[in-house]
Amino acid sequence: MKRFIGFIKKEFYHIFRDRRSLFILFGMPIAQILLFGFAITNEINNVDIAILDHSKDATTKEIINKIASSKYFSIKQMVNREADIASVFKKGQVKAVLNFEKDFSKNLIKEHKATIQIITDATDPNTANTISNYVNAILQKYQKELNKDITMVYQIVPETRMVYNPELKSVYMFVPGVMTIILMLVSAMMTSISITREKELGTMEILLVSPLKPIQVIIGKVFPYIFLSIINAVIIVMLSIFIFKMPVQGSLFLLGLESILFIISALALGILISTISATQQTAMMISLMGLMLPVILLSGFIFPISSMPVPLQVISNIIPAKWFIIIIKGIMLKGVGLQFIWKETLILLGMTVFFMALSVKKYKIRLE
Amino acid sequence: MKTILYIVQKEFKQIFRNKGMLPIIFVLPLLQLVILSNAATFEVKHIKFGYIDKDRTSTSRALVEKFNASTYFDVLTNFPSEALASSAMLKGEVDVVLEIPHYFERDLQKEKYNTLGVTINAIDGAAAGVENVYVTQIVQRFNQNLKVELLQVSDQQIQPITIETIPLFWYNETLNYKTFMVPGILVLLVTMITLFLSGMNIVREKEIGTLEQINVTPIKKSQFIIGKLFPFWVIGMGLLTVGLILAKLIFHVPMLGSLPLMYLYTSIYILVILGIGLFISNFTETQQQAMFIAWFFTVIFILMSGLFTPIESMPKWAQLFTEFNPIKYFVEVMRMVMLKGSGFMDILPQLLKTLTYAVIMNGLAVWRYRKTT
Amino acid sequence: MNNNKVIQVEGLTKMFGYFTAVNAITFDVEKGEIFGFLGANGAGKTTAMKMLIGISNPNSGKAKVAGFDVFTHAEDIKKNIGYMSQKFALYDDLTVKENITFFGGIYGLSRKRIKEKSAVLIEELELEKVANKLVGSLPLGWKQKLSFSVSLLHDPKIVFLDEPTGGVDPITRRQFWEMIYKAADQGTTVFVTTHYMDEAEYCDRVSIMVNGKIEALDTPKKLKEQFKAETMNDVFLKLARG
Repeated sequence: MKRFIGFIKKEFYHIFRDRRSLFILFGMPIAQILLFGFAITNEINNVDIAILDHSKDATTKEIINKIASSKYFSIKQMVNREADIASVFKKGQVKAVLNFEKDFSKNLIKEHKATIQIITDATDPNTANTISNYVNAILQKYQKELNKDITMVYQIVPETRMVYNPELKSVYMFVPGVMTIILMLVSAMMTSISITREKELGTMEILLVSPLKPIQVIIGKVFPYIFLSIINAVIIVMLSIFIFKMPVQGSLFLLGLESILFIISALALGILISTISATQQTAMMISLMGLMLPVILLSGFIFPISSMPVPLQVISNIIPAKWFIIIIKGIMLKGVGLQFIWKETLILLGMTVFFMALSVKKYKIRLE
Repeated sequence: MKTILYIVQKEFKQIFRNKGMLPIIFVLPLLQLVILSNAATFEVKHIKFGYIDKDRTSTSRALVEKFNASTYFDVLTNFPSEALASSAMLKGEVDVVLEIPHYFERDLQKEKYNTLGVTINAIDGAAAGVENVYVTQIVQRFNQNLKVELLQVSDQQIQPITIETIPLFWYNETLNYKTFMVPGILVLLVTMITLFLSGMNIVREKEIGTLEQINVTPIKKSQFIIGKLFPFWVIGMGLLTVGLILAKLIFHVPMLGSLPLMYLYTSIYILVILGIGLFISNFTETQQQAMFIAWFFTVIFILMSGLFTPIESMPKWAQLFTEFNPIKYFVEVMRMVMLKGSGFMDILPQLLKTLTYAVIMNGLAVWRYRKTT
Repeated sequence: MNNNKVIQVEGLTKMFGYFTAVNAITFDVEKGEIFGFLGANGAGKTTAMKMLIGISNPNSGKAKVAGFDVFTHAEDIKKNIGYMSQKFALYDDLTVKENITFFGGIYGLSRKRIKEKSAVLIEELELEKVANKLVGSLPLGWKQKLSFSVSLLHDPKIVFLDEPTGGVDPITRRQFWEMIYKAADQGTTVFVTTHYMDEAEYCDRVSIMVNGKIEALDTPKKLKEQFKAETMNDVFLKLARG
């Protein structure tokens, strides 16, 4: 045991002596969470649009004013002919063009009906759709004002209550995701590299012939990283509470335990990667190329899993990050206790055990 | 020139000899392109929907039936009580709950007005907004039908004014996410492979000790660096080519613009990434450090590229920041040329910025590289 | 100026922060000489050598190697010297032949010349059977000999060897020194660091570095007389203990 503690101490010295890596280890996640917390959002704001007004009458002017004064749009330019729309889109200057038909006011009075085309650059379908919806909402409100003297009959009004995130803040969605990818990649990458490094430099053999058991060697190597990752997790949670005003509805203690579980599972994955790679280069490429995009795309961090094709929904189940994101959102935003997330916790636990068992088995084979 | 060839030859041999790396460089990215492009969709479908029907009349059942018929909603359960519904929402089993109050039908007929309770899990704010729109639409349509059924001829109506909107989605009429995502994800994969390989390459030789052996030879800095980077440039271009073919064959992504223009831009773009990789290599002592820095920039570049979330929505300072993000330009150009058919003059600003970036990064990297310390 | 002096060093100094790794060393090496550069680990041998081969900038002093100034003409020096580092520095993932071709190529040898050279070299080292094997799979002794031959590939005027025999068996060491003698016979100047004192006896002249300074410099015979010692090992111990 004494020897083991000595070994762990040596590993700590190793890490703390390398100032540059240490700076990266702590500085980068902080920089990332701040940057992303502020910058990444799905909402649209100040989208540049253009207007093609064939009528130029009082009503169209009023509508254009309404749109210009909303915070969602800023009118960048006026277009004179339909033919110009394509070139405006090709330069990528605006995302949408509103096309008012001829005799807009007249039609509205005579026929009680007038038409606006909302032409969007749908190369980005999400933004296009959102723009279309927002313009519609503005027009509908305007229409209601025009119709305010007419009483509606048999009206059913849905009263919507947005729970867990009443202000629909993007930050609530992204902070748990960013926290997860940082913990996942940093932990898995660090361990996989540090173990393969010893293999590559030949020092692993020295450790393995020492009286320490292989499992002790591995634990000793991983332990400092558990410690570092926990500090990282604490920093990230503090930032999300104090800077982004994320609530922690549930138990902070439970959040801590779950984070430790997730960190250990990421580290176990890192160990597994190190057993199958001979060089640091391979270990890094597996942990970066193999983990980065799947974790970003399949974890529910940005894209809702329930909208994916069924095979991908099935694949997403093997991504540990998916389960951790459900757990964090549950504890922080919904305020649930273990009785609501025991299933996810159990899955993470199972994955951790699986990764560990597989690595131990691989190591044994190598040693024999 | 001949010296460069020797280095290029050596690098290619080393790359193709490393059997563990080959699948990571060539297979993994393409596999991810094919699989992950399907994952990246903001469409909101299969919404987990539950309801509490306290009215239990034909009207309330008809309303639920409307949700059942909609393709957006997967109607799951009739919850007997609010408590059970709220518990299901905590467990994540349901995301939208509709509550039809007692005497819904009776009050509607009597007072010609009634309300419904809708509870939406809003953690994903954007999805919640869309879900709300869908609910409102269904209720409105139900409303309309009801009016036609219940309205008596005697109820004189003044025809209300309507402003009709016709949404036109150019370049992607069906709002197909794949034509949007495939070029973007291809950009990411090309970037990641070239950045990671070049970032690790020289620092790896530093760590093994072979760099010192190179430094005592009379080789010129520029020869060495060009020889080192050229193979990765080739790999990047190769990956792009295979990726474009897959995009065409599997996802039927259109290629409206000029292919040579695409290649011209990409050939410059990869130089930027290689320059960044080389720069990282120069500043670090171990592969571990190099990878951390490369990882840090990649995550930032990816998430701030406008690929997944729109750049216009970012605060001003963040938008300014994205001006330094090479991935942003590549994503823009890729989408402009492929999907909109933009020409040389349209992408000139991006082209010039990327070119400047390439010159600066490679200049810095060559300048920083020291044969003598 | 004596044209026979291929290395001329005067007051050469290298500092790392406040630590003086090499403290104003002065010496000359003559053409065709085997010059032993001795010292304990950490005495500053490798640092001094790195300044002479142009990959480390000195802080002060003067040095000329193969007639070129280390401050201003480091790249010209590199054309005229060979170097074999302490750490094995050929590519493990290239074959014997590929390594020879690569280094021949970056020294600017013609294809034809590389072919001839590698044929001779492989024959001399008796590496025919493993010529197409990865270098990483060879035993250390073979690697070291290969490494030395590669450093001579471009017929340098001077070859610098940094602890070339570290970790190899006595028979290989003997063979290695035979290779060194052969190179010297052909007119190549050999500058070799070692901490095996018996190897010092094989050198024409040796210098002994202690704490960054050269404390003794002469032929092994004269040094033994000067310090009244039986072997170079005793000379070294007397010096090191101060």
